[in-house]
Amino acid sequence: MAVKRFSRTIQEINQKIKQGKVVVLTAQEMTDVVKQEGTEKAARKVDVVTTGTFAPMCSSGAFINFGHTKPAIKAAKVWLNDVPAYAGLAAVDIFIGATEPTEDDPLNRVHPGQFQYGGGHVLHDLLAGKAVRLRATAYGTDCYPNRKISKKIGLADLPYAVLLNPRNAYQNYNCAVNLSNKTIYTYMGVLKPKAGNANYSTSGHLSPLLNDPYYLTMGMGTRIFLGGAKGYIIGPGTQHSPGVKRSKGGAPVTPAGNLMVMGNLKEMDPRWLMGVSMVGYGCSMALGIGVPIPVLNEEIARFTGVSDAELFTQIIDYGNDYPKGDAVSLGQVSYAELKSGMITFRGQNIHTVPLSSHTRALEIANILKGWIEKGDFFLTEPQVMLPTVDRN
Amino acid sequence: MYTKMLSLRFPPSAVNEPIITNLIRKFDLECNILKAVIYPRKEGLAVMEISGHRKNYHRGLHYLRSMGIKVESIAEDIKRDDEKCYQCGACTAVCPTGALYIERPAMAVVFDKDKCSACELCVVACPARAMEVKFNKSLLD
Ligand code: SF4
Ligand code: SF4
Repeated sequence: MAVKRFSRTIQEINQKIKQGKVVVLTAQEMTDVVKQEGTEKAARKVDVVTTGTFAPMCSSGAFINFGHTKPAIKAAKVWLNDVPAYAGLAAVDIFIGATEPTEDDPLNRVHPGQFQYGGGHVLHDLLAGKAVRLRATAYGTDCYPNRKISKKIGLADLPYAVLLNPRNAYQNYNCAVNLSNKTIYTYMGVLKPKAGNANYSTSGHLSPLLNDPYYLTMGMGTRIFLGGAKGYIIGPGTQHSPGVKRSKGGAPVTPAGNLMVMGNLKEMDPRWLMGVSMVGYGCSMALGIGVPIPVLNEEIARFTGVSDAELFTQIIDYGNDYPKGDAVSLGQVSYAELKSGMITFRGQNIHTVPLSSHTRALEIANILKGWIEKGDFFLTEPQVMLPTVDRN
Repeated sequence: MYTKMLSLRFPPSAVNEPIITNLIRKFDLECNILKAVIYPRKEGLAVMEISGHRKNYHRGLHYLRSMGIKVESIAEDIKRDDEKCYQCGACTAVCPTGALYIERPAMAVVFDKDKCSACELCVVACPARAMEVKFNKSLLD
């Protein structure tokens, strides 16, 4: 006899949000419920699971229109607080990237460079209500004769400012060690010689894409928490690669999917978008993202119930292998081991170091939960799903 | 890059030496002078920030001491700006004393000032630059 499987739709969930009857759990809470009550009961009980991540996300930036000037200018080169922005767009449109340092930054000339200020810091300053110096130069045309402008602008002065990040929220990432004999300074943080520490950067069981490993609920148009406001997934990220090795539970054991996201910068909060300086590496931006996962069926309940002990990543040597382009796995570790503070690698106990903020990730999952419970946030139906692979 | 804020006390014999020029030219260091005075007895005091490669910094310091100059760090202590700190844990990679550590299972990053040796290693290792060096400002008055 065929048993009718439990399922619900996004419309039904939104109806419950409207009625104030929706049941929302954070991914951390869901892990416990699934463990205690099983997937079927959990699926019936829980409508939405909220996730979160807060970490440096380099592939980020903003499209800004700074408004026409008098006399008019077709800006060819543009700087915001001396950070160059891409101006190869229409007259007063620019894109400012999170990792762009100030033009006169000493970079790594004295190694390791400090990278004090960059594009991510500009966006944070704008959100924090600070005015930034806009400078632009131009060659001058009949319709846009102005050749030079310099003025202070604040976020409120900008006719348009949208965060548009080509690649965020990596589903899983490497665990970095350094097998060389000297300290190295990488995008994975400071790595001491001879595997002195092991750095990792995901929020594990709270991570958006690790709770929906096959992207069954996410796609273009999914409404999310982005930088403290509501934003959207607009497609796969620039290195979205679903076809990697996965564990029995379905989660990839190496870096896999990622998201392209966008949201109105003007609605965001400086707490959830911060400029960062990775010593010896460069500028970047730490960003908060949270994705609500509708529990459409039992399978999704099982996925969202995943625990750190069931999520794995590979140990990679950033001292020799990675820079050569020959990254090979030196071993697999679970996030439960990584979060314990110590892993055993080649018979040696290594201190582990997170780069992704667990407390902030949990805070995001809770904020998103609150928004949904209060009826401030409705789920959207993704219009185009992300590329995926067959489930095993 | 290595940066230190130092106070330099010059004996009268060193006051007329081109010390800063030598630090810049011979040791490839950057010097940012915040204060320089010569007292009536021809003794001098300078407060300055010196930065450059760690090796050059130590060679430069050796040179200063060989000139009879008393060099002291004016860093008083380290404090964390909790507005900036986003509780990642990156600083725990470099902290030698365990003053910065992670409280489990909440994964909160704690700064225990009593254990801090003011080595300043966390200052640049922190992506948010939340760890700040407090200076003895009385020297600048
Ligand atoms: S590295 Fe900086 S932001 Fe991260 S926990 Fe340490 S002090 Fe806070
Ligand atoms: S100054 Fe040194 S001892 Fe103090 S917290 Fe920073 S790294 Fe640790």
